Amino acid sequence: MVVRLKEFIKQIRACKTAADERAVVAKESAAIRTLLKEDSSDHRHTNVAKLLYIHMLGYPAHFGQMECVKLVASPRFADKRLGYLGIMLLLDENQETLTLVTNSLKNDMNHPNMYVIGLALCTLGNISSVAMSRDLCPEVEKLLASSNSYIRKKAALCAIRIIRKVPDLMEVFIPRVRSILGERNHGALLTGLTLIQEMCTLNSAVLTEFRATVPALVKLLKQLITTGYSPEHDVSGITDPFLQVKILRLLRQLGTGDATASEQMNDVLAHVATNTDGSKNVGNAILYETVLTILAIQAEPTLRVLAINILGKFLANKDNNIRYVALQTLIKTIAVDGQAVQRHRATVLECLRDADVSIRRRALELAFALIYPQNVRVMTRELLAFLEVADVEFRAPMVAQICATADRFAPNKRWHLDTLIRVMKLAGNYVREETVAQLVRLATNAPDLQAYGVHKLYWLVKADAAQEGLVHAAVWTMGEFGDVLVSGAGGAAAAAPASGEDQDDEPASGLLTGTPAAAPTEAEVIALLESILIGACSVSAPVAVAIWHFIASGFVSPLL
Amino acid sequence: MPIQFILVQNRQGKTRLAKWYVPLDDHDKLAIKEDVHKTTSQRDQRQQSNFVEFRNDMLVYRRYAGLFFCVCVSLTDNFLASLEAMHLFVEVLDTFFGNVCELDLVFNFYKVKSSRDNRGACDELERGDWHFRH
Repeated sequence: MVVRLKEFIKQIRACKTAADERAVVAKESAAIRTLLKEDSSDHRHTNVAKLLYIHMLGYPAHFGQMECVKLVASPRFADKRLGYLGIMLLLDENQETLTLVTNSLKNDMNHPNMYVIGLALCTLGNISSVAMSRDLCPEVEKLLASSNSYIRKKAALCAIRIIRKVPDLMEVFIPRVRSILGERNHGALLTGLTLIQEMCTLNSAVLTEFRATVPALVKLLKQLITTGYSPEHDVSGITDPFLQVKILRLLRQLGTGDATASEQMNDVLAHVATNTDGSKNVGNAILYETVLTILAIQAEPTLRVLAINILGKFLANKDNNIRYVALQTLIKTIAVDGQAVQRHRATVLECLRDADVSIRRRALELAFALIYPQNVRVMTRELLAFLEVADVEFRAPMVAQICATADRFAPNKRWHLDTLIRVMKLAGNYVREETVAQLVRLATNAPDLQAYGVHKLYWLVKADAAQEGLVHAAVWTMGEFGDVLVSGAGGAAAAAPASGEDQDDEPASGLLTGTPAAAPTEAEVIALLESILIGACSVSAPVAVAIWHFIASGFVSPLL
Repeated sequence: MPIQFILVQNRQGKTRLAKWYVPLDDHDKLAIKEDVHKTTSQRDQRQQSNFVEFRNDMLVYRRYAGLFFCVCVSLTDNFLASLEAMHLFVEVLDTFFGNVCELDLVFNFYKVKSSRDNRGACDELERGDWHFRH
């Protein structure tokens, strides 16, 4: 008794555990194998169907390959359909069994029933190997000229696969392809255009030749936009958006790098950009494709600005997908036309606080790309504000980039110092050694800022000694310029009434005991203490106690 | 332009439909199926977009009731258009089966595959219109 497909599926669904399922599948596989050996054509259909189901669940089913080949040779349509399906699932171009199918394919491509021809073309298009492509190429070419649009459509797709596998065969198809633009049937037109697109991608000589078709494409696109409601091709109020997108894509390919072609397209691109309804995803898909095309070809400046404005509108859209897509495109366009993108800076900064992490990531990248000398203060302020609330994964790269940007665009040294200190205060743990060294170098090179810097660092560290980078820098500067701190000279902006040594020594000793000391920090704290001792000429009691404590606890290195 | 694969999985990760457009070993396919399930089931529907980067390509996915429809396309493709094409496929299935549900896909998987082949053979979109013949 042969188990029917439905029964089999029900049995599998009734299994409660994975082991159960494996047992059922194993039993049925064994049964199928026995039945296949008997080689009867009655139940072949059912057996192969069950085999395909098993395969989809993830179990091995390769012993069914020959069965599929036999099914394909049967005269019944249902058998052929299942056989080809099985071949497409169980075989791929690397298997030798595939060559056995070549003859069946050839016969089926000459079958009177168009659906059978369709099946054969579909299979060839999905898994043909190089050898098969060569063998069956003449058949496919003949079918491209068929009077039946269903067949023409499938033949075009099959041809794409063939020329991908064997680029030399492109010449065979070129004469047939010229008549594609005169197609009425949208399906055949869509696949035909894809074929042209593939040819242009693979061969630049063909591309130059097809540039002559740009006016025809433009006319086609215009027709699509201006036609009234057509129920056959309508998707949410727009006539055949897939065809529109395909034409735009092809125009992009033909217009890149060529001024005449680009000029011919300007009008229709502006027309599509202004007339397409952007309230649904469909309209937005078309607008997006238009924007990509405008940015790739040599468009007029007004058209470019139009494109970037559309992207700006996308950024303000409620839908996450559209914002994501806009951000990604804007990053690419900065290189081409930075000025126009600046206008949307505010929206980009808003996107930094979006709920979706991939949007935040893209917005961050874009924000950094938007910085230039005139707006560096504003942007850095915003970015630092964002650093406070940023996710952990963003902090390290952000810190590195802010420091690099500050370095490149700093309007003056004091601002630079301020920014670096602020970064360290917010995310000191992520600051690299180079940045601390940079801060130190900066301080050394700007004598007027030393006092200011030292005071500021002192107060920051007194308030919060947790940030490692900050402590490091603070200790170093205090060590170097401690005399400035003690004498209280300068540093008006830091507003620190630096009075006497006591106040200075306390945090120093606090640092010694409190810091989770890394060796360099230790050395610097000791250096700091040394300079205090030298500068003060008298050691106050608490400090002495602290130092003895330290030595006693054994942390100290031979330095002291 | 090139689609790498189409995968329909339910929330537990069981595959209801798998169509591959690139040659892969069986264990590769299994690894991909698991990865896709992990990636899509962790995303928050309301706050995150339908696009996620997956092994140098982009996975465009959407959840319809209990099923995740995923299409893997290259990074240079128009993702919004892929989303539309996927939606069209779902609508076609709905029209064909009459208010389709997951069980329809399970018991008639071979019909679903043929329908998919009619919409787009060899990794390109074939027709954007509504006629469904079969």
